[in-house]
Amino acid sequence: MAAIEMSKDIRGRRQDKWNEFWQRLKASRTPWLYIAPAGFAMLLVTLFPYIFQIWMALTDYRVKNLRFNLLDSASWAKYAPPFVGLQNFVKILTNRLAIENYDFWRLLLFNVTWTVSNVFFHVVLGVIIALALNSKGLIGRRIYRALFVLPWAMPGYVAALTWRNMYDDRFGAINQLLGIVNHYLGTSFPTNTRWFVVTQPPIGGPLGFLPLAFYCVLLANVWLGWPFMSVVATGALQAIPKELYEAASIDGASGWQQLWKITIPLIRPAMVPAIMLGTIWTFNQFNVIFFISQGNPFGRTEILITQSYKLVSEQRLYGAAAAFAIVVFAILLLFTLINNRITRATEAYYA
Amino acid sequence: MPKQWKAILKQLALQLFLLTVTLVVLFPILWIFSLALDPRNIDKPLSLTLIPPGASLAAFRRVLLEPWKLLCKNPNDPATCMTFPLLLKNSLLVAMGTSLLAVALGSSAAYAFSRFQFIGRQAGMLGFIVLIMLPTTGLLAPLYILLSQIKLGNEPLRATLFGLVIAYSSGFLPFAVWNLKGYFDTVPKELEEAALIDGATIFQTFLRVILPLSVPALAVTVLNSFMAGWTEFILAWTFLENPSRFTLAMALRSMQGQFATPWSDFAAMSIVMSIPIVLLFFALQRYLVSGLTIGGVKG
Repeated sequence: MAAIEMSKDIRGRRQDKWNEFWQRLKASRTPWLYIAPAGFAMLLVTLFPYIFQIWMALTDYRVKNLRFNLLDSASWAKYAPPFVGLQNFVKILTNRLAIENYDFWRLLLFNVTWTVSNVFFHVVLGVIIALALNSKGLIGRRIYRALFVLPWAMPGYVAALTWRNMYDDRFGAINQLLGIVNHYLGTSFPTNTRWFVVTQPPIGGPLGFLPLAFYCVLLANVWLGWPFMSVVATGALQAIPKELYEAASIDGASGWQQLWKITIPLIRPAMVPAIMLGTIWTFNQFNVIFFISQGNPFGRTEILITQSYKLVSEQRLYGAAAAFAIVVFAILLLFTLINNRITRATEAYYA
Repeated sequence: MPKQWKAILKQLALQLFLLTVTLVVLFPILWIFSLALDPRNIDKPLSLTLIPPGASLAAFRRVLLEPWKLLCKNPNDPATCMTFPLLLKNSLLVAMGTSLLAVALGSSAAYAFSRFQFIGRQAGMLGFIVLIMLPTTGLLAPLYILLSQIKLGNEPLRATLFGLVIAYSSGFLPFAVWNLKGYFDTVPKELEEAALIDGATIFQTFLRVILPLSVPALAVTVLNSFMAGWTEFILAWTFLENPSRFTLAMALRSMQGQFATPWSDFAAMSIVMSIPIVLLFFALQRYLVSGLTIGGVKG
């Protein structure tokens, strides 16, 4: 008797749970309808290539396999690459790839340092300059804003090529500029520095693994990257109701307090996604490294993506390059999940 | 009047700071200008002078008025070569298409992520960003195969400008979704609630309340996606076959020759290509900085 009642109870509870789930599912229909067009476009263009790439990473894909066409069965037998399992991954992680100066863990350390330092400067400079441009009564605001978008407006690899030429040891603008500074200020900076050849790190100690070339590419990429953060911050600053500052002033809050208690917390929701995207973009910033330092000296400014490009362009190891891409992906995913845990970027506003 | 003095001092400090930033920002750009004016086609000016000896606008004239000998259907027949206006038209089509599609699809998805509690929200949002984490090095070949299979009329979608637009805007959607979602979060929900009480549908609140109040973020998205479509050349080189569809970015890239690069022309072209972006920025600037001007919500 009791057993029957209990099972009824469980069934009832299950029914409740099912109903609740059904309700939530029904409520999920509207939002998913809004997402569907974007989701469909993403699936079409990215999902299939990604699956293909995962398969490629498990094979020894070389030049001769390029004729392989997944959708043309006639090409399968002839051009399908041999399956090698996780061999590509093992080679990558245990430094058994036949490229010069290859060391995965050094690359990873450098890539993370590169990303963190860049994003830090992008955000700090971007926000500071956005705040300066947003201050009341500033003369020439529109002109400054238009000028500051220029680094961003230039095609990325044009900017990269320009910076490379500017770092030229004999005629580069940087060395010439130092010469002019020496001339007028009586200083004695060296004016023939070979920026990407010097192996002596400018800062020793724990930062001793960063050659002079790192600071050069950092400068170039900060120049390229801050305007974006500044534009996002400018947009977010507009959404702060002026009344908050008025009220704070009346309550006697200083400008510094207003910055930390009003401005920063209120632009945070808009900045967090930009920072997460900026992190991913910088982690895979190909142009700057590839065109400016080219990994010099001795591959010490190489990042993962430029290294994987060399696998394709120099060694024609497509399979290994695909595996490399997946390793990069895994690292970024980890990065983003940790980031998301800290910043709660995916929370809904209504949550 | 100490208060007035304070304002003047603040203005001076700000100007000093912003002028320094301007100098740093402009330095490489002025350098490119000097290259473009230099008649010698050298890759670096020998001295730091804005106006090099023998400066002329010849490079600009060549870039704008002469047919592009590198981009011809039939290299022996100059009439089949691309000209600047044709390249410009293609670039504008691609860039405008990309930004339109990215903003339309992105804002819709971002609205859902910002305003609803639903099954799969976190996963969906991470899903968007996850898809741009895989480096694109290995992506070209499979995408080529896939878009070749879809036919538009009697040619593959891959070889059309529309194919490029789809590829670019999808690559750009994660940014659009995340950026807009972040901004939508800053729009007070009370405004929508008021609209809903007044009998608006959800779609109407999205269209009439959220979007108009998010103009700064929409402007950022338009600007950024336009630029993505405007400057991309790797995918375009791989996908397009017919030179009559080539874009300015491809033309610029084609100048980087195997043996010699005409640096003056390259610099002139880089400058010309940046102009539309700056113009677009000027056009959008008003919106970029005009957010919630109304008092919004009291409370």
